[in-house]
Amino acid sequence: MGIDLPVIWAVIIGFGLMMYVVMDGFDLGIGLLFPFVRDPTDRDTMVNTVAPVWDGNETWLVLGGAGLMAAFPLAYAVLLSALYLPLVLMLAGLIWRGVAFEFRFKADAAHKPLWNTAFAGGSFVATFFQGVALGAYINGFVVTGPSYAGGAFDWLTPFSLFTGLGLVVAYALLGSTWLIMKTAGSLHRRMIRLSRMITMALLLVIAAVSLWTPLAHPAIAVRWFTAPDIFFFLPVPILVLATTWTMLQVLRGETNVTPFLLALVLLFLGYSGLAISLWPHIIPPDITLRAAAAPPQSMGFALVGALFIIPVILGYTAWAYYVFRGKVKPGDGYHH
Amino acid sequence: MVGISALMLARIQFGFTVCFHIIFPAITIGLASYLVVLEAMWLWRKDSTYRDLYFFWTRIFAVNFAMGVVSGLVMAYQFGTNWSYFSAFAGGVTGPLLAYEVLTAFFLEAGFLGVMLFGWNKVGPGLHFFASIMVALGTLVSATWILASNSWMQTPQGYEIVDGRVVPVDWLAVIFNPSFPYRLAHMTTAAFLATALFVGAVGAWHMLKGHDTVRVRTMLSMALWMTLAVAPLQIVLGDAHGLNTLHYQPAKIAAIEGHWQNTPGESAPLILFGWPDMAAETTRFAVEIPHLGSLILTHDWNGNVPGLKAFAPEDRPNSTVVFWTFRVMVGLGFLMVLVGVWGLWLRCRQRLFTCRPFLRLCVAMGPAGLIAILAGWLTTEIGRQPWVVYGVMRTVDAVSNHSVLALTMTLIVFVVTYFAVFGFGVTLMLRLVGQEPGPHDPGLYQPGSILEAERYQRSARPLSAATDEPAAKN
Ligand code: HDD
Ligand code: HEM
Ligand code: HEM
Repeated sequence: MGIDLPVIWAVIIGFGLMMYVVMDGFDLGIGLLFPFVRDPTDRDTMVNTVAPVWDGNETWLVLGGAGLMAAFPLAYAVLLSALYLPLVLMLAGLIWRGVAFEFRFKADAAHKPLWNTAFAGGSFVATFFQGVALGAYINGFVVTGPSYAGGAFDWLTPFSLFTGLGLVVAYALLGSTWLIMKTAGSLHRRMIRLSRMITMALLLVIAAVSLWTPLAHPAIAVRWFTAPDIFFFLPVPILVLATTWTMLQVLRGETNVTPFLLALVLLFLGYSGLAISLWPHIIPPDITLRAAAAPPQSMGFALVGALFIIPVILGYTAWAYYVFRGKVKPGDGYHH
Repeated sequence: MVGISALMLARIQFGFTVCFHIIFPAITIGLASYLVVLEAMWLWRKDSTYRDLYFFWTRIFAVNFAMGVVSGLVMAYQFGTNWSYFSAFAGGVTGPLLAYEVLTAFFLEAGFLGVMLFGWNKVGPGLHFFASIMVALGTLVSATWILASNSWMQTPQGYEIVDGRVVPVDWLAVIFNPSFPYRLAHMTTAAFLATALFVGAVGAWHMLKGHDTVRVRTMLSMALWMTLAVAPLQIVLGDAHGLNTLHYQPAKIAAIEGHWQNTPGESAPLILFGWPDMAAETTRFAVEIPHLGSLILTHDWNGNVPGLKAFAPEDRPNSTVVFWTFRVMVGLGFLMVLVGVWGLWLRCRQRLFTCRPFLRLCVAMGPAGLIAILAGWLTTEIGRQPWVVYGVMRTVDAVSNHSVLALTMTLIVFVVTYFAVFGFGVTLMLRLVGQEPGPHDPGLYQPGSILEAERYQRSARPLSAATDEPAAKN
């Protein structure tokens, strides 16, 4: 027996998705903040803070998909076909905004506004539907045999629409705190002010989701409020409150890196709350990791690669961030 | 009825998105290696022509790459969204292969791309060169994994079926399945060839416009050397590929040839043109050369080749389509050889850069590589039908149970997005290649990732002080 392949793979995929949420979170967040920043130079600066790294950030999403197919093909098949429409819309959003990185700077002046809108709109659509997919995931799916048996619009519920908006707020906070760290001058100050508002909005969102989830999902409620899970849970709300409070304090004065780190902590707390609520189900409400797992030959083969290569990837990704470290000032962008 | 049309829609959707996708990787693979060569030449010879060309093509590469990434993202999800039964059934094989592609290739490309595009003056020349090499390597590794996966679906081996799903038992056999080496060689060569033709067309276009500079000449000349070397190689590889396919997928070859009836002891003709009619089980209006079919496929004057009638009607791929897609590919392949050879001949006569009909042909052949690639993939994939995993799972059994409504809606989303976004992107690329490749005069460049180049120029070339003025304006 020795190693428990499904569990290891769940951890790897969970880690990949976490990386994705953090990294693409802040660069989607930058698109979400576009409507709040009108000055063209500032907008260029914002985009330039992520231009060299966005592609790598998005690759974590591909890893999530591929890892799922490799380790839990059943989950990959069921989840992706159940979430068909929101995923297609998310992908369409990612297309519009992904190309906008290049097109904004290379299109002629007449078309630049179009690609600004595509960048902001695409970021919004992609984020919103990721959040919707998350909400639908918590809601669970109807499955028979190896396939999804629900309707094409089962994902569309008030709860999932709300989680969609919730994720928009969360990514916006990642984006604004990232910009606090990566920019200077008036844009930097602006982001500090904006982050205060977004932090408060996020606190409301977290509160609402925390009430709504157990009310609408009795199974999760049972988990939350009975031992032993309640002991895992209890610290979560406390830590969330403490983090937000610290964040608001820090945002009152001059600051650089701290808000981004705190935003990461908030996100991590939300993420772990979700994990505790659903474990060990990979297709809520009923199908477990083990039931959806690929043959051990598949999991083992892919695991060798994952264990050796992911550390290398983290290494050169860190190096790339290091090369582009420091604040990006207007005019010293890569694109001007 | 509804079932059938939902299947058709799913196939159209997959075909549509993958056909758009493959155009960009083909150019990415070719240009990435071309850029490595240019950078190496610059580092070695210190001839600024190569550096100028490097920057010229980097901007086009960046736009193309972005389109490759976002269209690829869609593909990685389509297996689950559109072919969920296939994924649940065969994900144990295709999943790990795709996972390895992400781990060894996509991250490599993406991780070093930023440094390659924006890091010219942030890291030393050696490290920058290294980044370019890593990006190029990533594109080739990526092709290797995805083609292993696709080839396994064409010629599956190294697996068992347990409890109604595929269980890999021998990974080396899975990866090095019989059609993989041929497909890898043929596709990689196709990418290089398509890129050479594209670069050559750009060079020829500028020559025709009277932009006769050493940069344009270098670009055109390099592209034609490449075409000369690679186009004949591609025919040899294609021939070998076809022989291999005859062995493992005889129905596909029969469909490609429009060959219906095999009479033992009789040779097969080569049908040059005609109209295979699936219902009447014959090829109408056939123009044929006796014996040549046997000669090509078996390398024997009287060799025996199975005809389509040897296969049950429900196991036959659509001959009308693959007959023609195959001929488009092969026809273009021979034209490419012509371009290479004519170019060599003109070169020997010192007329390479002045012979206008030749330059016009080069421009016309710009998209030929991409068209041949699409024609080739259509042949391969439609020729595999009705199977999704050859001989193991039928396409009908692979498709997710989406409603026609859902499929129609998403198809509209894809069609609108793809034509708008990639239409704009391709136009943009054409505009970028249409700007005369200049020396590093910032005024010549639109705002773009080229600022680094300007800066670099300022620091690296003592004589470039004059260019500081316009650069400062930015
Ligand atoms: C012969 C080569 C080849 C073929 C047949 C395919 N691709 Fe591709 N793909 C590439 C060669 C490539 C590439 C050269 O590696 C790309 C193109 C541009 C780029 O950024 O990487 C890429 C990008 C790319 C990406 C984005 C990677 C990133 O985030 O950086 C994904 C997810 C896929 N592809 C997935 C697929 C799937 C699921 C395919 C099968 C249907 C497929 N590709 C066919
Ligand atoms: C990138 C180049 C490729 C092109 C241009 C291409 C083209 C196509 C086309 C046109 C179809 C539809 C055929 C039909 O339905 O009649 C198709 C189907 C399919 N291809 Fe490919 N393909 C490519 C690569 C791949 C790869 C690399 C894989 C797998 C790893 C793959 C897997 C499939 C699957 C699963 C189907 C669905 C079954 C079907 O409808 O036939 N393809 N492809
Ligand atoms: C001129 C001689 C050529 C011959 C005899 C030839 C032969 C073939 C054959 C038999 C196949 C189908 C293999 C299968 O499905 O199992 C194929 C596929 C393909 N061809 Fe060609 N080909 C030629 C030229 C070209 C050219 C010039 C290009 C592009 C620049 C090209 C690109 C492709 C691609 C992308 C595929 C699909 C992938 C694959 O199966 O390898 N071919 N070719």
